[in-house]
Amino acid sequence: MKILVCISSVPDTTSKINFTDNDTKFDTNGVQFVINPHDEYSLTRAMWFKEKQGASLTVVSVGNQSVETTLRKALAIGADDAIRINAEATDGYFVAQQLAAVVKNGNYDLVIAGRESIDYNGGMVPGMLATLLNYNFVNAVTGIEITENKAVVTREIDGGKEVLETELPLVVGSQKGIVREEELRIPNMRGIMMARKKPLNVAEPISAEAATEAQNFEKPAVKSACKMVDNVDELIDLLHNEAKVI
Amino acid sequence: MSILVFAESSEGKFKKVALEVTSYGKKLAEQLDTNLVVVSAFAENTDPLAKHGAERILMGNSDALKTSDVAIWADFIVAAANQENAEVVIIDSSSNGAYVAPLVAAKLQAGFTSNVVALPLSTSPFVVKRNAFSTKAFSKTEIKTSKKVIGLAKNSFGLFESPVQSNVEDFSPDLGVGKIKRTSVDKATDEVSIADAEIIVAGGRGLKSGDNWGMIEDLAEVLGAAKACSKPVSDLGWRPHTEHVGQTGKQAATNLYIAIGISGAIQHLAGVNSSKVKVVINTDEEAPFFKAAEYGIVGDAFEIVPKLVEKLKEFKAENG
Ligand SMILES: Cc1cc2nc3c(=O)[nH]c(=O)nc-3n(C[C@H](O)[C@H](O)[C@H](O)COP(=O)(O)OP(=O)(O)OC[C@H]3O[C@@H](n4cnc5c(N)ncnc54)[C@H](O)[C@@H]3O)c2cc1C
Repeated sequence: MKILVCISSVPDTTSKINFTDNDTKFDTNGVQFVINPHDEYSLTRAMWFKEKQGASLTVVSVGNQSVETTLRKALAIGADDAIRINAEATDGYFVAQQLAAVVKNGNYDLVIAGRESIDYNGGMVPGMLATLLNYNFVNAVTGIEITENKAVVTREIDGGKEVLETELPLVVGSQKGIVREEELRIPNMRGIMMARKKPLNVAEPISAEAATEAQNFEKPAVKSACKMVDNVDELIDLLHNEAKVI
Repeated sequence: MSILVFAESSEGKFKKVALEVTSYGKKLAEQLDTNLVVVSAFAENTDPLAKHGAERILMGNSDALKTSDVAIWADFIVAAANQENAEVVIIDSSSNGAYVAPLVAAKLQAGFTSNVVALPLSTSPFVVKRNAFSTKAFSKTEIKTSKKVIGLAKNSFGLFESPVQSNVEDFSPDLGVGKIKRTSVDKATDEVSIADAEIIVAGGRGLKSGDNWGMIEDLAEVLGAAKACSKPVSDLGWRPHTEHVGQTGKQAATNLYIAIGISGAIQHLAGVNSSKVKVVINTDEEAPFFKAAEYGIVGDAFEIVPKLVEKLKEFKAENG
C-alpha cells in the first residue's frame, strides 16, 4: 500500500495573529511554524500502517522553501520521503489541483489529509482532492483500518459517529481521535539524523489557477470587560434580562 | 440565473441551519436581483422554508439518495445547480454541509469559501467576509470564478422571515450508485449535540475527575444544553472526544457558553469565540478565560454549580 499524507505548515497554536502590508498579509514575524495538528494525527496513524502493514509513506506539502523544516520534521517522525510543490498555497482549489497531480504521478492508494488547516480553516482540500481524482472520500475521520483494498472508516457525525466501509483508492480527511494523544511521536535524535538523508524532492507546480483570493484581514473588535458577578441569582437575572439568552 | 440553497433535513425535518441558509439565500437573491431556489430531500413539511422565503423548492425522494456516499449527494446538488443555472450555491457548515460543499465546488469548478459570516461586501468583485485563524481574525476573500459556493458559518447570519407561498417540485436527477456503505451508527438520540445547541455547558480539568460530571449533566439538563469539555478532559478519557471544543476539536457557535473549571487557553478560546455570550466559573481570578467572557464568577465550581442548578430550576418553574 502506498500512502500519501498531505501536510500543511501552520503557525503554532499559541501564535499571536497579526497582519502586515495594510492588513493584506499574515505577519510571520516571530511565529513558529509547525505541522498542522490534524496532519500530525494523520501522519501518526500512517506510521502504524508503515510499521504494521509494510506500507510506504510519503509526505507532501505545497509551499515555498520555508515549509521544508516542517517536512523534515515529518521525515524525522518516520515518513520515507517528502515532496514539496514549489508554489505559494494561495487557495484550497489551487492546492487540491497540485496535490491531485502528485497523487496521479505516484499512484497512491490512500491519501490522508487533515480535516482542515488551523490557519485558514478552509476545510476544502480533502474533498476537492478526492473529487478531482474520482477517489472514494470520507471526512472527519477518527478511525481507519485497512485489509487488502477494503477500508473500514469511523467518521464523526453531529452527536456521535458512524462506521463506513469502502475500498481503496481512498482520500480521508482525518482529525483528532484517529490516534490517541499519547501515540503522537516526538522525533528523537536518530530520527532527526536519518531525516537529513531521506529524499526531499522539490517539484514545480502544474499550471492551475486559484479560485479565491484573500484580499485583507481584520481582527475582531476588542470586547468590553467581563462583568464580574457575586452570586448565582445575579447571574440568572443578567442572563435573562440583560443578555436575553435564557 | 439563480441562487441555490441546499437545505439539509434530518429525519424529515429542518434544523435551524437549514433556515439560516434559506434566510441568507433570500437576502442574497434580493441583493443580486435574482431568484432563490432551494434544493432538499426527504422533507415532509416545507412550511419552515416557505416562511423564510423559499418560493421554489426542489425535493429529492429517490432511493439513490439513501446512501452514505457523499459524492452522490454532491452530484444531486450539482444537478440542481446546473438545471437552475445557479450563480451561487449556499451550503451550511454542519458536519454534512462541510462534508459535501467542497465536492460540489470541485464538480462545478466553482470558487469556494467556508465559514462565511455575512452577505457579500460587494458582488462585483464578489467579496465575502469569513472567519479565519480559528476565529482569531476575519478574512475578506474574493471569489473569482463565475460560479461560487458559499459555506455559511453557523449562528452568524441569523434568521429572517419573509413568508411566501412555495412551490414544491419533485427533483429526481439520474444519480449513480454510492461506493461507501454504512455498517453502524452510534448517536445519542436523547441529547442535544454541540452542532445544534443554543446553549453549551463545558467542563475543564478544574473538575478534577470524570466522576464529577453529574453536576455538569444536571446543569445541561435544566438549560436544555449540550455538554462540552476542554481537550485534556477528553484526552484523559473523562469525556468522549466528540465533546472536545477548541482549535483541534469542535467549534461552539452558540448563544450561551458556560465554561466551568476551564482556564481559557488560546487553543480552547479558538473554539468558543463565535459564541455570543460566555460565562466563566473559575477559582482563579487571573484565569485568561475571564478576558474573553461576558460574565464571570470567581469561585469553586463544586459550590456554585449545584446552587446554579437549583436556582435555575426555580427560575424555569416561574418562567416556563
Ligand atoms: C496543538 C494544541 C492544540 C490544542 N487544542 C486544544 C483544543 O482544541 N481545545 C482545548 O480545550 N485545548 C486545546 N489545547 C490545550 C490547551 O493548551 C490547554 O492545555 C487546555 O485547554 C487546558 O484545559 P483546561 O482549561 O480544562 O485545564 P487547565 O488549564 O488545567 O485549567 C483548569 C482550570 O480550572 C480552574 N479550577 C480548578 N479547580 C476549580 C474549581 N474547583 N472550581 C472552578 N475552577 C477550578 C483552574 O483555576 C484552571 O483555570 C491544545 C494544545 C495544543 C498544544
